[in-house]
Amino acid sequence: MELLQQIFTILINSIFAQNFVFIRFLALCSFVGMTTSMENSIGMGSAVTFVTVMASVISYALYYFILVRFGLEYLQTITFILTIAVFVQLVELYLKKAIPTLYRAMGIYLPLIATNCMILAVTLLNITEHYSLTMAIVFSLGASIGYTLALILLAGIRSKMRFNTIPKFLQGYPIIFITASFIAIAFLGLQGIAR
Amino acid sequence: MNNLKQIFLRGIFQDNPVLILMIGLCSVLAVSVTTINAIGMTAAYSFVLIGSELTISAIRNFIPKTLRIPIFIIVIGAFTTIIQLLVKAYSPSLDKSLGIFIPLIVVNCIIIGRVEAFSSKNNLIASLADSLGMSVGYGLVIVSIAFIRELLGSGTIFGIPVYPPFIKPMLIFVLPPGAFFIIGIEIAILNAINKKLSRNKGQ
Repeated sequence: MELLQQIFTILINSIFAQNFVFIRFLALCSFVGMTTSMENSIGMGSAVTFVTVMASVISYALYYFILVRFGLEYLQTITFILTIAVFVQLVELYLKKAIPTLYRAMGIYLPLIATNCMILAVTLLNITEHYSLTMAIVFSLGASIGYTLALILLAGIRSKMRFNTIPKFLQGYPIIFITASFIAIAFLGLQGIAR
Repeated sequence: MNNLKQIFLRGIFQDNPVLILMIGLCSVLAVSVTTINAIGMTAAYSFVLIGSELTISAIRNFIPKTLRIPIFIIVIGAFTTIIQLLVKAYSPSLDKSLGIFIPLIVVNCIIIGRVEAFSSKNNLIASLADSLGMSVGYGLVIVSIAFIRELLGSGTIFGIPVYPPFIKPMLIFVLPPGAFFIIGIEIAILNAINKKLSRNKGQ
């Protein structure tokens, strides 16, 4: 029961109260770049979800079974980023050979993911917050659901915005950030939702 | 000489990494709560950028083309680890407030972008000019955002309160929405300046 409660807290916290895009400011490059259409954001969101969960399991194992055992904790940044890069490459190769339909849907997003700062942040936070493996998986799942939610929200608003007249001064990127600012206010309201 | 100056200035105006190229946004928005934090972040970031650009430029003729991205990542990761350990040892308070954003310098797209696009093709001096320009461009943006947010949001400049006691600061500007709002406005202003500059040139 205790565990269930903890899992629920982490999940709600990482999706809403500590949303990775609006509150923690991570993965903003893809947040601005990939929200041009709804399909793009759903594709990117699912690719990121898969890679984040897998990467946090792999990096968790690497950290506790290799780095800690040999006293190499200070190498965690370098190890994790290489792990993520290699893992993304492997997934891309595998999908290309084994499941071409999925590759066509997800493939173009994969190279972008290696430098998505959210994934490295999740793997590092798993270690600094001293999560157990279960909680690390829940945390990475919550983080990527929050990320996908943010992308879908912005993509929806951007598709509506196309039919509006926007002041010349704010056309292009500025209006996107100001929209994000208003969405962030909404997320700020969810701040106290979980302890 | 003129050429070097141009490379340097390009990082600040036409190719400003944050406001024009829209990369490396995460740390800019997250760290710009106080001006002191922003200056610390700029220092850490410049160290990694200048160090990796110079290293890559020095060994650029020995890097096999197919292996270049992993090599870049290792070099950038090494410099990031150095600065992470230095900050942790000498300034624990800065380490606490920058938190996860120091190790995240390694995935900052600006650095790998500049290394790939510039210093793997140019000599040491040109790379130094480029990395200095990019650092100043990044620093100007992050410090100016931090200055505005600190002034409006907590009513202080470098931690010293400046408002008379009957004026309440607007807390929303130190919270996340304020950061998005101010960067939106800054992008709009820089776009307007660049448009005006190019129009003047055209006449």
